[in-house]
Formats: sequence, C-alpha cells, structure tokens
Amino acid sequence: MTPHFGLAEFGFLLRGLQWTVLLTLVAFVGGCTAGLAVALLCTCGHRSVEWITRIYIGIFQGTPLLLQLFVVYYGLALTGLKLDAFVAVAIGFTVNASAFLGEIWRGAIQAVPRGQTEAAMALGLHYSSRMRDIVLPQAIRISLPATIGYLVQLIKGTSLAAIVGFIELARAGQIVSNQTFQPLLVFGVVGAMYFILCWPLSWWGSRMEARLSLASQR
Amino acid sequence: MGYTLDFSVVWHAMPALLWGCVGTLGLALAGMTLAMMIGVAGVAARDSKVAWLRATIIGFVEVVRNTPFLVQIFFLFFALPLVGLKLNPTATAIIALGVNGGAYAIEIIRGGVQSIHKGQIEAGYALGLHKGQVFRFIVLKPALRAIYPSLTGQFIMLTLTSSICSAVSAYELTSVAQRIESDTFRSFEVYFSVTFLYLAISWLLMLGFAVVSHRFFSYPTR
Repeated sequence: MTPHFGLAEFGFLLRGLQWTVLLTLVAFVGGCTAGLAVALLCTCGHRSVEWITRIYIGIFQGTPLLLQLFVVYYGLALTGLKLDAFVAVAIGFTVNASAFLGEIWRGAIQAVPRGQTEAAMALGLHYSSRMRDIVLPQAIRISLPATIGYLVQLIKGTSLAAIVGFIELARAGQIVSNQTFQPLLVFGVVGAMYFILCWPLSWWGSRMEARLSLASQR
Repeated sequence: MGYTLDFSVVWHAMPALLWGCVGTLGLALAGMTLAMMIGVAGVAARDSKVAWLRATIIGFVEVVRNTPFLVQIFFLFFALPLVGLKLNPTATAIIALGVNGGAYAIEIIRGGVQSIHKGQIEAGYALGLHKGQVFRFIVLKPALRAIYPSLTGQFIMLTLTSSICSAVSAYELTSVAQRIESDTFRSFEVYFSVTFLYLAISWLLMLGFAVVSHRFFSYPTR
C-alpha cells in the first residue's frame, strides 16, 4: 500500500523547507562577507588585482551553478576532509554568492559619483574611512534592489543541492513524490512553497527599484 | 590521501564531451526559439484589453520567475504525459527551457517596446513615413537595440540552465559528463574539465553576440 500525500508528507516537505532557508541564510551571510572583499578588490585601483577578481567573477558567471556544486562537492572530498553534505553545498553556494554579490557591489561602488571620493580625499580621509563613511553607505543603497534580486536567485539555486543528494525542499519533494506516486500534487506544493518564499522578496525588490529610480529622476 | 588526479580519462572522453556541447547548444537554441515565441505572444496578450488574459500572463511570469527551474522541469516531466504529450526527456527539456525563458523574455521584450516614446512614432508620421516604415525604422530597430543585451544575456543564462536538464536525463553536456563519471569514477576530473567547456561555450557566445551587436546595433557615427 502506498501512502497518500497527507500531514506526515507535508511535514517532511516543511522540514526540507527549513533546510532550504538555512542553506540560503548561510550562503547569503557568507557570500555577503566574501562578496564585499571581492567588490573592494575589484575597485582597489591596482590593475592586476582588478583583473584577477574580474576573472574570478567571470568564471562563476560563465559556468552552470550545478557544475560548480559538483566541482566543490567532489573536490572537497578529494582533499580527504570528511565533510557532510550540508557543509559541502554551503561552501559551494557561499563561493558562488561571493562572485555574484561582488559583481553587484562593484557596480554599485562605481555608481557612486566620483566627486564623493574626490571630496573625501580632499578632506584627507584615508581609504578605510573613505569607504566606510562615504562610499559604501551610498553604494549599499544603490545595490539593494539587485541584492534582493540575487537573494531570490539564491533561494531558487539551493534546489540544485538536491542533485548532489542533500535533502532540502526540492529533494524532499522528489522523495515524497516517489513514495506517494502523486508527482503533480507534490511538485505543485513544493513549487508553491518556493513561491511563497520568493515572491514577497521579488515584490519588495521591484518596489524599491521603482522608488530608487523615482528618487534619481528628481 | 593517496589520490592522484588523472585527467587522461577526460582526454579519452573528449569526442563524447564535444558532442555533449553540441547537444547543449541545440537544447539552448531550441529552448530560446520557443522562449521568443512565448515572449512575443505573451507581450501581445499582456497588453490586450481582455482582463483575464492579462492576469494570466502576469501570473505566469511571476510564478515562473519565483520558482526553481528544477521544480519546473520535474512538474512538466510528470504533467506533460497527462495532457497527452508523450515526449522523450530532451523534448521535455526544450519545453521546460522554453517556458522558463519565455517568462523572462516577456519582461525583456515589454521593456523594449515601452522604451519607444510615443512622440517618436508621431514624429515619424509627421515626417511622412508610412506605417511599415515607422515600424521598421522607429520601433523595431531601436527596440531590438534596447533589448539585445538582456536578450543575449538571457540566452547565455539559458545555456547554463540547460545543465539542470540532466536531472531528467536529456542529452546534453552535463548528462554526458555524468555518464562518463559513472563509468570511470573520476568525478572531480570530469566535472572540473566540463566546467571549463561551459566557460568556453559562454565566452564564445558572448564574443559572437558582441560582434553582431557591433555590426548591426552600433549607432552610425559618420
């Protein structure tokens, strides 16, 4: 007798959802930290450093996320580290997020009018104060819609952890679908869960984008 | 750890991998063609006067853009047979890529159409151009120029997304890589090399698109 899609199965999906949220948070926090470093290196003014970070970003933007996960997952295994699946995929998503957030923030830093940096230099502020007090606060504001947009991408992207066998929402959906033989219902519910997670963020991001573009028109 | 990297398996498998690249490009091309058709039809339907049609298109775009491609392809993989479409995995993958890309194409094309000011069209008529000329010179070319970067970017994204179609074992580069991996157990070497094949594909596409853009969409400066 095969189980029907009931409360127990729904609870299993909810636990998968928890892992999706946790994975997203870890990758986002880690990606923000490393991404800030990437963005600062990319705008530091040294030609060779900027080139290397550009290549770093280009590699992540020019290859599929799935393959990046495979490389990290199997690559870490080769080093002899006994990591469980969560740590491996979390590292993969963090590195990926650092490249994408780095690119978003590089653009935002460069979008801050040059006069601001020049004025800060004229005031005798050194690099760290110039960045922390003048440039970054403005850059963060400019980059917020794109950053939220990337967060939505990241939530959707974590579904790929299912393919390397980590049980998050999409993998939980596969398992329940195989148990109950009700794939349409199960994947419909899984899709709805992702939608409920992502749609408010998308809406928030696009509203903020509209507000920012209005502000810049004035 | 006594593991030594051995890339010779990749070298031996290169012909199969290159055919996988062809499969990936074919999948992306077919998917993008379908996406463009959905995009154009969707834009027309989204600006129609029928309220429920507009709502359907907006709903479609929001749902597709806020759910993962993996879940979409699984859903289609099981749903299509129910509506009488008994398709092989590759055809299913093309439909999934087309539906996914179509939602993004609707937004991109709509942005391009909206970027043409009404005054431009009126100015065209005032200059004595007839309808076809106004469409060709004032609407179509500037709109194409406006959407070209996002549309080609979307195409590259679609090419990379097609790797997920290996989950329903469509024929493309990643599924070929998975087969080689399960034959040789050289996971890292195979996936590492295949990642660079994807990088080569997307860089070549980018280069090609830039050449086309330079040839057809650069503003005449003379």
